[in-house]
Amino acid sequence: MPHVAIPSLLRNLTDGEESVTLPGTTIREVIDNLEHRYPGMKARLCEADRIKPGIAVYVNGILTRGAIRERIAEDAEIHFLPAIGGGMSEPLPHQDSELT
Amino acid sequence: MAIKSHVQTTINGETVEFLCESRQSLLEVLRDELHLTGAKEGCNNGNCGACSVILDGRLVNSCLVLGVETEGKSVETIEGLAAPDKLHPIQDAFLENAALQCGICTPGFIMSTKALLDSNPNPTEHEIRYWLAGNLCRCTGYDKIVRAVQDAAKASA
Amino acid sequence: MSEKKEYKVIGTRPIRHDGVDKVTGRALYGADFQIAGLLHGRVLRSPHAHARIVSIDTSRAEAYPGVKGIVTAQDLPDPADKVADLGEGAVNLKYLCDNILARDKVLYKGHAVAAVAATSPHIAEEACTLIDVAYEVLPPVLEVRQAMEPDAPLLHENLKTTSLGETADEPSNVASHLQYKKGAPEKGFAEADVVIEREFVTGTVHQGYIEPHNATALYNPDGHLTIWCSTQGAFTVREQVAEILQYPISKIKVVPMEIGGGFGGKISVYIKPVAALLAMKTGKPVKVLMNRTDVFEGTGPTPASYIRVKMGATKAGKVTAAEAYLAFEAGAYPGSPVGPGAMCIFAPYNIENVLIDGYDVVVNKPKTAPYRAPGATNAAFGSETILDELAERLEIDPLEIRLMNGAKEGDRRADGPIYPRIGYIETVEAAKQHPHYAAPNGKKHHGRGVASGFWFNIGLESSVTINVNVDGTINLVEGSTDIGGTRASIAMQAAEVLGIPAESVNPSVVDTNSVGYTAVTGGSRTTYATGYAAYEAAQDVKRQMIARAAKLWEVDEANVQFADGEFSCINGKEEQISFRDLCARLGETGGPVVGSGTVNPGGAGGAFATHVVDVEVDEETGKVEILRYTATQDAGKAIHPSYVEGQIQGGVVQGIGWALNEEYIYDAEGTMTNASFLDYRMPTCLDLPMIDTVIVEVPNPGHPYGVRGVGEVPIIPPPAAIANAIYDAVGIRMTELPMSPERLLKAIGTI
Repeated sequence: MPHVAIPSLLRNLTDGEESVTLPGTTIREVIDNLEHRYPGMKARLCEADRIKPGIAVYVNGILTRGAIRERIAEDAEIHFLPAIGGGMSEPLPHQDSELT
Repeated sequence: MAIKSHVQTTINGETVEFLCESRQSLLEVLRDELHLTGAKEGCNNGNCGACSVILDGRLVNSCLVLGVETEGKSVETIEGLAAPDKLHPIQDAFLENAALQCGICTPGFIMSTKALLDSNPNPTEHEIRYWLAGNLCRCTGYDKIVRAVQDAAKASA
Repeated sequence: MSEKKEYKVIGTRPIRHDGVDKVTGRALYGADFQIAGLLHGRVLRSPHAHARIVSIDTSRAEAYPGVKGIVTAQDLPDPADKVADLGEGAVNLKYLCDNILARDKVLYKGHAVAAVAATSPHIAEEACTLIDVAYEVLPPVLEVRQAMEPDAPLLHENLKTTSLGETADEPSNVASHLQYKKGAPEKGFAEADVVIEREFVTGTVHQGYIEPHNATALYNPDGHLTIWCSTQGAFTVREQVAEILQYPISKIKVVPMEIGGGFGGKISVYIKPVAALLAMKTGKPVKVLMNRTDVFEGTGPTPASYIRVKMGATKAGKVTAAEAYLAFEAGAYPGSPVGPGAMCIFAPYNIENVLIDGYDVVVNKPKTAPYRAPGATNAAFGSETILDELAERLEIDPLEIRLMNGAKEGDRRADGPIYPRIGYIETVEAAKQHPHYAAPNGKKHHGRGVASGFWFNIGLESSVTINVNVDGTINLVEGSTDIGGTRASIAMQAAEVLGIPAESVNPSVVDTNSVGYTAVTGGSRTTYATGYAAYEAAQDVKRQMIARAAKLWEVDEANVQFADGEFSCINGKEEQISFRDLCARLGETGGPVVGSGTVNPGGAGGAFATHVVDVEVDEETGKVEILRYTATQDAGKAIHPSYVEGQIQGGVVQGIGWALNEEYIYDAEGTMTNASFLDYRMPTCLDLPMIDTVIVEVPNPGHPYGVRGVGEVPIIPPPAAIANAIYDAVGIRMTELPMSPERLLKAIGTI
């Protein structure tokens, strides 16, 4: 099952748990399962049916392009990190974040 | 409209006539009136050297010279340096030493180097660095530029 | 990929393809662009750092002879409408628009307020003085800690701190808080024998590219808008202009001219949408140029910062815990690089217990922009000087403590990801083995310092098309503007695949209508990602050429192999033909061959650097002289070593400027008092020695030739390395940048 690293700023929702293992074949399923176990989590990560601007999803250390739709492997390691708007002044509403 | 003066000067060996307002700098005249855009504007106040040209044998920042001041004088710009089928040795040395990155300061550095080698064909590293301190480059850290000037001096010797 | 691969083109030093144009003055940069009927634009800028705009009256300027059009924020679509539709995500759009032309408030001295198009630049400038703007002046907030105070004047009434998806209730100048935590820092500090904590302050610095921003726009009656400009990315200009003007991307063509330096500062747009608005309003082409003061005051520098770092280590030198607090000035709108700063600060080391807090804070200064490894230089100034102090207290060699704690493949960074194969240790070893490190260093007031740095590098999208010519050469079409010789480094990768010389490639950087999407020249990504796309495009050409050879010889494609520029038949027939000769026979085997490659690679592979510097400190004048400098860096694989060395040397020297002299100096009203190249003191060649470089090659598994980005990481170590050298020379720990003569004399006690 995928492993999710809980960012320190969200650990108040997980009783301090730093890492959890949850079922899911897409990021969306993982977030839904996180929400089921730790209510309030989805509202911190998503807005409507997308990842909030300002948050980036990394799978196995690589920034995903598909965000919530990204399909993930059985043993994927998922990180939710603050998105970095470096290349642009800030990411445009429809853009991925980027570093420069 | 501001009143324009008629100016006759020699640029890269050719007699050139142009009209310019008294407030226009030589840099503006070269770039906007004569379309010789090799001299660049980096600061327009004599601090960066990107607009360096040679006026009657002397290195100047063309942003600090008025167009009307060049009446009867001789101007050398980067456009006049290479022969039709051959680069000037300084230009070759800059290419061979990878002495440019973005290239915006390069025409100024090359003209400045020409003025240096015209007056001091065999400069020390310190003399090169002292002479070129009026030309800013933000890309290269100057290392390869100084080496290019050293090579150009050797090639011209 | 084997570490000892033999290449024919890669690793050689050909003359760059655009070289002759650039040494003869023929290369056309943005400001060199000419077109018939051109008008000249000039931007009016705010004289106040913080003020409400009460009214703008352009009537006197409009009546001035030669003036053809004036625009203000009223000519931009109102982004507030879109914020209402799209919610939180569109707030950035309002910030983006307001930074182009201020709508209700000016937030920094130099903030654009209006723009004039006229028949000459002088008339446009004069007309600007005839625009009457009434301001209600507000108190400015000019420093990050002051801006974080609860009673600080607010720049944005609706800005509330976000913390990973949670938004605070009350407005604040703190736009966001981020945090990374690994292990148990308290426990780690308890295990330490020595703990050191210090505060650091760094100034605002500018990229200092020699070419000011420029843009020429042309609007046709059919709605097509063309913009000629200097930019790090034509496609990002197209996107930003489309967003700001709410205009369809398909009707905007951006033509990237040659660019005179960027370093991150020519990604955000400033005058490009203004030129477009003026062109739309006048129906004429309009050229807008910045002067040097505009560049300092009206474009994004990199932020000033306040940083606190605490690190602890055992007697044996093992770093057991590290903490950092980073508060970065975003400038007028949110978006400082505090995130990358926080992710990089301890990245060279494998530390079990880490806590990093970062704050993005708005102040009345220009909206910051990326500058070469944005955020990381500020951060490393803190961490790398503390590590030096730990080494000193523990009596361990400063390179040795870096080797003992250095990050390796499989180690986890504090922000989460696990390192793939990286070359940090190799850079430290290279520094240790360099003759510089063994050279005597005992003279009075002479000192030696070392420091390391990490930068992520990025991948992102790149596209390349290759058109094969009948004479055996190829035309390579790319979208990456060439700031430092990337035409060569990209062409060389295609040449390597096809077994042809670098000189047989004609690279062209083209406009947004003429190549597939390509992200900016930035993030140390161009030789990596566009080079990768060139590799893919060349592979596509190779596949098609194999099919042509098969057709020529009437054999199966599987029977054709290609090596060293020669196609040969491996089964049945004794046939052989060179790439060049096969090109001559394209007509009879099916016509032209065009290959394409497009990539969005995720494996940019991080870059590490370790620097050694010797300085001499003059205790009377406070001047620090750089006596010797050696920079080691993992480049993965250096495609064109001369330009890799050039990137390292250039980055080092920008870092030296940041360390010793460069800063925005403000008065109490928020006016920058040194907005010229005379007073904003960048290094000249007289200030420097030669910069020695050592290229370490630990191939990046994420690139077919092992390339890692090289452009950014060399700016990171210099300020810390120089601070450590100053300590070695005079026994004073400098904690503020720049370490200018004045600060040094105060620290020494001379004044």
